[in-house]
Amino acid sequence: MSDPRARVRIVANEPLIHARGLVKRFGSFTAVDGIDVDVQPGEAFGFLGPNGAGKSSTMRMVGCVSPPTGGTLRILGMDPRRDGPAIRGRLGVCPQLDNLDPELTVRENLTTYARYFGIPRKVARQRADELLDFVQLSERAGSKVEPLSGGMKRRLTIARALVNEPEIVLLDEPTTGLDPQARHLVWERLFRLKQQGVTLVLTTHYMDEAEQLCDRLVVMDGGKIVAEGSPRELIDRYSTREVVELRFAAESQAGFADKLAGIGERVEVLPDRILLYVEDGDAALAAVHERALTPASVLERRSSLEDVFLHLTGRTLVD
Amino acid sequence: MLAVAVGRRALSVAERNVAALKSAYWIVLLSGFLEPLLYLLSIGIGVGALVGDLTLPGGEVVEYAAFVAPAMLASSAMSGALSETTFNFFGKMKYMKLYDGVLATPVQPFEIALGELAWAMVRGSLYSAAFLGVMVSMDLTTGLRALAAFPATVLTGFAFGALGMTLSTFMRGWQDFDVVGSAQFALFLFSGTFVPAESYPALLRWVVELSPLTRAVDLIRGITTGASGGHPWLDLAYLVAVLALGLWVAARRMGKLLAK
Repeated sequence: MSDPRARVRIVANEPLIHARGLVKRFGSFTAVDGIDVDVQPGEAFGFLGPNGAGKSSTMRMVGCVSPPTGGTLRILGMDPRRDGPAIRGRLGVCPQLDNLDPELTVRENLTTYARYFGIPRKVARQRADELLDFVQLSERAGSKVEPLSGGMKRRLTIARALVNEPEIVLLDEPTTGLDPQARHLVWERLFRLKQQGVTLVLTTHYMDEAEQLCDRLVVMDGGKIVAEGSPRELIDRYSTREVVELRFAAESQAGFADKLAGIGERVEVLPDRILLYVEDGDAALAAVHERALTPASVLERRSSLEDVFLHLTGRTLVD
Repeated sequence: MLAVAVGRRALSVAERNVAALKSAYWIVLLSGFLEPLLYLLSIGIGVGALVGDLTLPGGEVVEYAAFVAPAMLASSAMSGALSETTFNFFGKMKYMKLYDGVLATPVQPFEIALGELAWAMVRGSLYSAAFLGVMVSMDLTTGLRALAAFPATVLTGFAFGALGMTLSTFMRGWQDFDVVGSAQFALFLFSGTFVPAESYPALLRWVVELSPLTRAVDLIRGITTGASGGHPWLDLAYLVAVLALGLWVAARRMGKLLAK
């Protein structure tokens, strides 16, 4: 399949993806500003961040379609600048925007794509059928791409990314724009891939997606990595165990902030509600009532990656 | 080893076009063949009846239809290659985002250019083969000469395909194709197609002589009529140079446009 010399260069225990001080500039704009990343075999690794954080630029460099401006990048033990075709032969890429071939049928999209990898026609046909089954599109095999729903197109793009039996699958926002049913189906399929030992690298700005799929993730903001760890570690480090959301009937919530001071580790005032970051939600709520405060509504919940994300990247709209 | 991999990957790009061949496409193919045939019938035969015979620069006397036919042949090879590498290629690159997907595989920009060009050449050659058949049946050339002219038409298709692909990488939108269409029509009219290049005033003549289609017409006309006044080696060198330069520029530009 790929250059045999390329395979022996993999040293035991070397990460599949290894980046040090990786930089991508477009003219004077720096999209990726010196990041260090290691992805181990079999891992599901996530890049989290708001729009414009540099996630997609990083993915394109890892996918060997965008040359790095600076730093070190090694994929599968090889250098993308020199071994691009050999590396890409072992990657599966699911881009942010579906770029399926509208002039071909669903099945032809897979068989034609397989040919770009030099896969023999017979094997390509067999794999196409297996993959259509895997993403539950067998019934639409002869259909054109255009009438498919967004979720179906996404699943077809994922199937296409698997046609060369890749060792690493890169997924750029795999469920953006999909309805809940379609998202869960995609997650379930990705989880199955992970169980089969495929290394997954994905970008997302959905916190639930990151919590569902990622063993480890980095949060990016402004082209830099601002935090790294497992979802649980990040919540422990950058948030509290629980969050209590209080909504007061008064016009301004800000007036209540002083009265709440000292309850929990941190108090955040939003235009429509106040968030208390606490270890124990019940205890905090009891403390609120002790101070004779009566919020109009109360929500106690577990802290999520979303709290971490907003804490690290701020609440301001990026674009 | 490397050349085999490059060739294999380029072929997979051409193969995609075969898979995309659908009934509607055959209508496009047919119109590309019909157009030069209609010109041949109306001008070559119709106007030819008024013009009578023509004396070529080499001294040979041929009937007007035999003079025009090889030019129509070269033009159809040109238009087949151009429509594939301008409209279709541009659409695939900019609107269907086809190559974004292809470049995520081992296929490289140069191989896409090569594969698309090979396909354009196949399409151009289909036109040419059919048209040569018509010329033989109308007694405008001999079977043997038609066979010899075929590779020259393939080269013509290759050269214009590479040129069209290069142009496509500079296009900003569909409106730019109006310019390409006009340029193509000007080439069609003024490339020694309907009148010999020698009959233009000195300055204009040199413009005409430099047109790539003039070189293709000169080459093919020399073969189909057996005229001796042409410059076949010069024509060959010119067309090969256009091909090499076009392919090189197109591959470089594609790398720049797609691998950001």
